[in-house]
Order: sequence, then structure tokens, then C-alpha cells
Amino acid sequence: MHLEVFAEGDSFLHKLDPRIKILVFLSFGILCAISKGIFIPSLYFMLSLLFIFIAKLNFKTLLNRLIGANFFILFIWIFIPLSYKSNPYIEFGSFKISYEGIKYALSITLKCNAIILATIALLSTSTIFSIAHAMLHFRLPQKLVTIFFLFYRYISVMHEEYIKIKRAVLARGFKRKTNLHTYKTYAYMVSALLIKSFERSEEIYKAMLARGFKGFFPLFEHFKLRKIDLAFGIGASFIIIFIYIWGR
Amino acid sequence: MENSIITLENINFSYDSYLVLKNINFELKFGEKIGLIGPNGSGKTTLLYIIMGFLKPNSGKVFIFGKERKREKDFLEVRQKLGLLFQDSDSQLFCPTVKEDIAFGPLNLGKDRNEVKEIVKSIARLFNIEHLLERPIYKLSAGEKKIVALATVFAMNPICYLLDEPSSGLDEETKENLINFLKTQVKTYLIVSHDQEFLKETVDKIYLLKNGQISFYQDF
Repeated sequence: MHLEVFAEGDSFLHKLDPRIKILVFLSFGILCAISKGIFIPSLYFMLSLLFIFIAKLNFKTLLNRLIGANFFILFIWIFIPLSYKSNPYIEFGSFKISYEGIKYALSITLKCNAIILATIALLSTSTIFSIAHAMLHFRLPQKLVTIFFLFYRYISVMHEEYIKIKRAVLARGFKRKTNLHTYKTYAYMVSALLIKSFERSEEIYKAMLARGFKGFFPLFEHFKLRKIDLAFGIGASFIIIFIYIWGR
Repeated sequence: MENSIITLENINFSYDSYLVLKNINFELKFGEKIGLIGPNGSGKTTLLYIIMGFLKPNSGKVFIFGKERKREKDFLEVRQKLGLLFQDSDSQLFCPTVKEDIAFGPLNLGKDRNEVKEIVKSIARLFNIEHLLERPIYKLSAGEKKIVALATVFAMNPICYLLDEPSSGLDEETKENLINFLKTQVKTYLIVSHDQEFLKETVDKIYLLKNGQISFYQDF
């Protein structure tokens, strides 16, 4: 599976030091999440749009991701305006829709999308390996980072196995119908997926042991902190903190 | 194009920005036995996947049995009548036991259970794997998996076989059996292999796929 679609690119954000990106992202995420109202989150939203603009990402894939995430936000729009208890409200028959509830839902939507966009622009533009690498630089526990990295690694292993099984099934002319043969085939596919992914992961582990794996990944290439990285880090953090203070 | 099974016209295919197949033209007629060789990563398996409809070419046309195949729906008939042996037998097998895996293809062709039982029996006899029938797939050795994978393809009795590295990992005796079987029982096939000895025994002519181009290599 291609999980790192956004990591390929040549923009300023792609070349930026991942350590800086993580720091900027952390401050953005936290301050955006705890900001209140509509004005401040919308400023953050615009800032995240600016990041996306700098990263020059494929608009179509980006939109697909956003639609996926906003599907869940749809439920907030259904439940909060109807259940928020405050005046004034609009009445539709027996439904009472609260103004405050709408504002609240809008605020959540803005914050969510701002953080999603910032994640894509800042974190997805690096490969998972360099993010893991940067996490090690921040003295995060090595075991945690290794688990994170392997977790990611094995998602793609499972997906590869799934593709293979699907092809095996299709190659022999399988057509789904409403019958026992179809259900049985699906059950076999799921069980094969479990067993095969497990076997594959064991093999990968053996391959790592065979090359002297001791429980963590040694670092091969190191990051170089350029002046422009530092400038971006300071500038971006300043803007992010300034927006937050402005809102208070 | 009347007795043509596979016709590829001006096929271009690339993985992201890496162009693998450039303007490929290829034809396999009924009764032909063709070998395909080429360096690693030259796109041999990719070509087979395009024929089976697993990968869609960037441009060009795929005709199977004289009909153009474009959408997923068009390929159902193709997959029921062409038998693809995957390079990696782990990709081929997915059922809990060998027996069920061999039965899977014939069941998809709409055969009834008694017929399928007969097919499983005769195929197992043919490949000499009767002792493996009840064994779980994941406990087989790599060589045994290869034989079972071959058996699952032959059980469907396809019109044309597409075999990706059929001889790798087989012992001499099994390889001999396979060669005899291909020579006597099978009319049409395309074999992708690095095993030139094996190809010399089984095919009438060999094509070379290199730098995205297909060319005539040699015939016997």
C-alpha cells in the first residue's frame, strides 16, 4: 500500500528538517485544539492552508483524505445543534436547533480540518522513517519509536498480502454471488490474510535478526539543520503562538 | 485475429514515473507455445498482470479471445479461461487445505461438487500429491507449494496457460514430469522463465523483453 503518497515531492516543506516539522506541528496541534470560538480556529485553518500551499500537494488526493475525515464530523453536525441546551434557538416543528450548538459544531469542524491539513502538510511530507528518526533525536524511548515504525511497516505487509490473496482469488475466475461458496471464500481470504501476514512478519523479523537486529534501528544518515529550517521553525511557532494570544 | 488468444496493441505501462513497457505489441495464437525471457525487473510479470486485468495499461489495447477487454467485468471470462501461475506460490494459495485450494477454481467455473471431487482426485494423481491433499497449505515446503500451485491452475483446465517461473524450486523428477505434461497434454501456453534448459524443452519460440521492448529471441 502506498501510505506515503504525500512524502514524494520537492517543495520547501519536503526538504525541511523533520525535527522542526514535528515541533511546529506539536505547537500548532495543541494550541489549535485548545483555542475557542470561531475566529481563532479559522485563523489556524488559514495558516494550515498556507502550509498546504507551500507543500504543493496534489489537490485531488488531498480532497479525498479530507472527505474521509469529514465524514465523521458530519455526525457532530447532526447531534450537537439538536442537543445543545441554550437560547436562542430556531424551531422546526418539534426540533429545536441551538445557535450556540451550530457555532460549537463549526468551531470543531474548523479545528479538526486545520489540524488534519497541518498534519498532512507537515508530517506527511516526510517519510515515516525520517519521522521515526526525528523522534529518536527528541530522546523518545527507543522501544516506543521502534514499535511505531514496525507498526507502520506491518500495515503495508498486511495490505500486500491482501492484494496477493485478492489476485489469487480473481485469477481463478471467482465471481461473488449469494451462496455458500462465496461466503466460504471470504472466510478463507480473511484467515489466509491472518496466517500469511503472521508468517511474513516472522520472516521479516528473522531477516532482521540475521543481519544483527538488536531491538532498535541504528541511525544511518543524520539530519542537517540549515539556517532556513531554523528560520521557518521560529517564524511558524511565533505566528502560531501569536494567534493564540490574540484570541485570549 | 480469429485464432488469436491474446493480442496486445501498443501497450504502455509505468509504475509511477518509471516506464516499464513501451509500446508493446504481442500476440499469442491458439496452439502456440511461447517462452518469454528478460532481465530482472524488465516487466515480465507486469505483462502477465496486464493480460489478466490486474494492472491497467496507461495506453494501448488488450484483446483476449478477439474481444477488447477494458473493465473489471470484461476480465471475468478471461480469468476463467486463462490459467495464471503466480511467480510466488504463496500468492497463489489461500485456502486452508490443499484439497480445497484445488477445488476452488473448478467450483468457480460452476462445476457441481461430485465433478469437482473427481477433478481433485485426478489432478492429485497426475501431480503425485495425493498424500498432500488433507494438509494445510501453510505447512507445505516451498517446493510442495509450487507443485500444488501448478495443480490448482491445471485443475481449471484453461484454454491457455500463463506460467510465471513454473520450473523454479522443483526437483529434477518433478520438472521432468512437468515438461512431459506440457509437451503432451497442453496446447497453448506462455512461459516466463530464466531456466533456458526448461524453455528449450517446452516452447517453440522465445521472446525477449528488455528495456520495455519485446523482440524475437530465437526459435528451435
